[in-house]
Amino acid sequence: MSFLEYRLKLAPSGIAKVFYINWALILVLTAIAAIGWLMLYSIAGGEMDTWALPQIKRFGMGLALLFVVAFVPIWFWRSMSGAAYLVAMILLLVVEFFGTVGMGAQRWIDLGFMRLQPSELMKVTLVMMLAAYYDWLDDKKVSRPLWVLIPVLLIVAPTILVLMQPNLGTSVMLIMAGGAVMFAAGVSLWYFGVVAAGGGGTVAAVIFSEGTPWQLLHDYQYKRIHTFLDPSADPLGAGYNIIQAKIALGSGGWAGKGFMQGTQSRLNFLPEKHTDFIFTTLGEEFGFIGAISLLALYTLVLVFCIFAAVQNKDRFSQLLIIGVAVNFFLYIAVNLSMVMGMAPVVGVPLPLLSYGGSATLVILLAFGLVQSAIVHRPR
Amino acid sequence: MRRTPRDTEATSRSVTRRALVMGGGMAAMVAALGARMRFLGVEQADEFRLLAEENRINIRLIPPARGLIQDRNGKLIAGNEQNYRVVITRENAGKTDEDVQQVLNRLSHIIPMTAEDLSDALKALKRNSAFVPITVADRVSWDDFSKIAVNAPALPGVTPEVGLSRVYPRDSDFAHIVGYVGPVSEKDLAGLENPDPLLRIPKFQIGKIGVEKWMEDTLRGSAGTKRIEVNAVGRVMRELDREEGVKGKDLRLTIDADVQNFVQARLGDESAACVVIEVNTGDIIAAVSSPSFDPNLFVRGISQTDYSTLTEHDHRPLANKVVQGAYPPGSTFKMVTALAALEAGAVDVNTSVRCPGYLEVGGRKFHCWKRGGHGKVDLQRSLAESCDVYFYDTAMKVGIDKIAEMGRKLGLGQRHDLPMSAITEGSMPDKAWKREKHKAEWVIGDTINASIGQGFVLTSPLQLAVMTARIASGKMVAPRIIHSINDQPVDIAPAESLGLEGSKLRAVQMGMFEVMNGANGTAKSSRIVDETMRMCGKTGTAQVRNISTAERDTGVVSNDRLPWKQRDHALFVGFAPADNPRYAVSVVVEHGGGGSTVAAPIARDALLRALTGTLPPLTAYPADQRGRMETLLNALQLRLPDGSQPAPSKV
Repeated sequence: MSFLEYRLKLAPSGIAKVFYINWALILVLTAIAAIGWLMLYSIAGGEMDTWALPQIKRFGMGLALLFVVAFVPIWFWRSMSGAAYLVAMILLLVVEFFGTVGMGAQRWIDLGFMRLQPSELMKVTLVMMLAAYYDWLDDKKVSRPLWVLIPVLLIVAPTILVLMQPNLGTSVMLIMAGGAVMFAAGVSLWYFGVVAAGGGGTVAAVIFSEGTPWQLLHDYQYKRIHTFLDPSADPLGAGYNIIQAKIALGSGGWAGKGFMQGTQSRLNFLPEKHTDFIFTTLGEEFGFIGAISLLALYTLVLVFCIFAAVQNKDRFSQLLIIGVAVNFFLYIAVNLSMVMGMAPVVGVPLPLLSYGGSATLVILLAFGLVQSAIVHRPR
Repeated sequence: MRRTPRDTEATSRSVTRRALVMGGGMAAMVAALGARMRFLGVEQADEFRLLAEENRINIRLIPPARGLIQDRNGKLIAGNEQNYRVVITRENAGKTDEDVQQVLNRLSHIIPMTAEDLSDALKALKRNSAFVPITVADRVSWDDFSKIAVNAPALPGVTPEVGLSRVYPRDSDFAHIVGYVGPVSEKDLAGLENPDPLLRIPKFQIGKIGVEKWMEDTLRGSAGTKRIEVNAVGRVMRELDREEGVKGKDLRLTIDADVQNFVQARLGDESAACVVIEVNTGDIIAAVSSPSFDPNLFVRGISQTDYSTLTEHDHRPLANKVVQGAYPPGSTFKMVTALAALEAGAVDVNTSVRCPGYLEVGGRKFHCWKRGGHGKVDLQRSLAESCDVYFYDTAMKVGIDKIAEMGRKLGLGQRHDLPMSAITEGSMPDKAWKREKHKAEWVIGDTINASIGQGFVLTSPLQLAVMTARIASGKMVAPRIIHSINDQPVDIAPAESLGLEGSKLRAVQMGMFEVMNGANGTAKSSRIVDETMRMCGKTGTAQVRNISTAERDTGVVSNDRLPWKQRDHALFVGFAPADNPRYAVSVVVEHGGGGSTVAAPIARDALLRALTGTLPPLTAYPADQRGRMETLLNALQLRLPDGSQPAPSKV
């Protein structure tokens, strides 16, 4: 009999669960989403119907989903982990062969009311799968090579499928979120050291071999890498988006140009202004103060998650919450580094702000799981 | 899933530890993101703000209205006309290509458009962004323009627009003086050190020749600017502010448009040039080169056929013969020889020479135009009857260098500075000139030829007019054509005296008076009988071919029987009134025949027109000519007072 099952009698049941939900977290998430609606309204030139209203509806749907998931006991979700992972893998395979390619080369399945991106779903199911795996696995075996290989394969398989779409941003997030769960589960630091050293060494070898007789890649491949890393070298092509994004952010100054006054977004200089680059409009219209406030709200979400993970004594719950938090953090870090010109442009949305169904629903679903873990934690 | 029991307290502590490590990592990243926000939004804000402004704000130039050109009495010579054009914007015309096509088809039923125009317009519409307006018809008539306005609902995306374009209401009268404007060419830009940004405006027009070209800077004005906000694809969102430009300055010419028109009509179809100049101020009253052309054709873009017609015409309508034509002055040069000789003291008024019809120098015979000779002639008679031998003899006494010096003093052999294209210097040869130019020594024959304005001497009609004005006034008058700029008169220094002794000048003027009024004067049939307007003048007939000894023996072939190109040039210079000169005139009729029969009557009519300010009164003509003159004057196709050309009378 496990620790969790032993303590089950103390878990809340029925309508009483409402009192155990972390309402502060939900409030912060809604606040973030509300900022998103404001920006979508502004970008559409003062129109609700274009982007803001559909996004509010999706958020409402996602919030309902969150409560449904939160009310279902966490051990149910643990037992569903394997199945969920399998479904997500099958969906990935389906879109690989039958899906529709859209903007940013992300593949989706049209469900009629929304477009489902299985790669977004996989971000959550991978975390669930790994958490369930380490919950099941004997503590003493976590660092044994064979038992390390299994989660590595669980991570690599969907990553390869996503990479083939091609969707570099999501691939990176899958690897890093998966790695984070493994790290939290207590896998020996040596493995991470070796992977880091191996990866770093390969990158170093590729970079330093350029121009030498033993050069590892073709010249044109190096050229692509350079454009990817330094878009400003190509100001009208790949670099255009990032230059315009930086202009929008920078021209906002301290307090911004004011709501609906952003010239960069209103006059269409910004690319993807309602999706991946939505943060630039925030920076332009509300300035440094607006931008740093959003960052503070995001940080608050992360703090809540870390706190919930530390407080929880259930291993599955702990790992799941950490996995979700890392995913959430990666969305933010990758997107913001990208629009602020600190990292190459890869298609990663800003969570709860960017216009889009899959990411919003999946994020709220994930926080539903977090809430379930909080509600049903052993007391 | 089956669960194996284990120490949960220990494992959860391990998870907690690692979760906190990760939390630290996240905090570091968040700090980095925050720092980056600060860097962009606070430290580099000014730079990015500037870039954002540069992104959205475009500065467009507003072309200024070009200055007007008027004649000395304020009559419009070059103006700006409202130009109606039709533009179409694709995005407003319809969603599909078929919609656009349909709108164009409807348009072609309303205004005249060829199939080629239609396909060109369609191509331009497809090539440009949907919001760019494309001009589909330019210079549409007011009627068509209103039709489009009335049919606007059926023509989505079609807008009638109004612009300014240059127009020359007195079309061919001023083609050579004022010239015309045309679109800026690469060549125009290449010639400028620091071209006005205005010139980069598509279809902007600048002066191409004549006053329009040479006074370009004055006429153009300066551009206004407007700041507009554009979006990423260049669509204009709104105008932020505008600063109006400065209109070009108006020019007033010294020309009298009515005299100009009269002379133009009087020259008719001849290949000729005539200049009327005020003797004291140098104001050019008329400067006509014939035949002329319509400068409006060039503004609108001349067709290849029209252009070929102009360039292939043997009377060279495109050339401004007034300043560009260099002709041997013939006998009109004799005043120069006479004045040089008088000044040098080589002859005096009473010195006489016997003319047997030729002068033999070094075994070669130089003929006088009069086969039998004039007998004994003095200065006055030699001018009046245009005796060549007198001038051969006199020229040998005074020498070419003195003659050339006098010629230059009277304005020959030099470029008079007028705002016109390709002004010729002509040529006023002397010994040094020939050594320089022909690498040969001056011979006595050259002096003899030069003495009667043949050989190396070349003059333009303008130079001849200036020469005559200087002889008439005794002053160093310089020709000018710009009277005032924006109603501010252009200052001219009073002309200095030529420094010629009055009696000598008067002797020559008397000779010229005898030409017109003497019993044997070569141009006595072109005299003015009105006492107040009597004129002085000198005829000239310049050979353009050599007359062989054989031909001279059998009788010189008369001009009527020669092909046009070989006939003599007819020249005439003169001034009036004789006692108080006001206007000087020069006339050159290319291959016109005799100066006395062809050029002198034209000069007389031009002078009368300038002096009276109306059509020449018949009372000014000798009684026996009045009937003929009445017919001639009435037949002239003159402009109506408003500048318009009357419809040609039905024959």
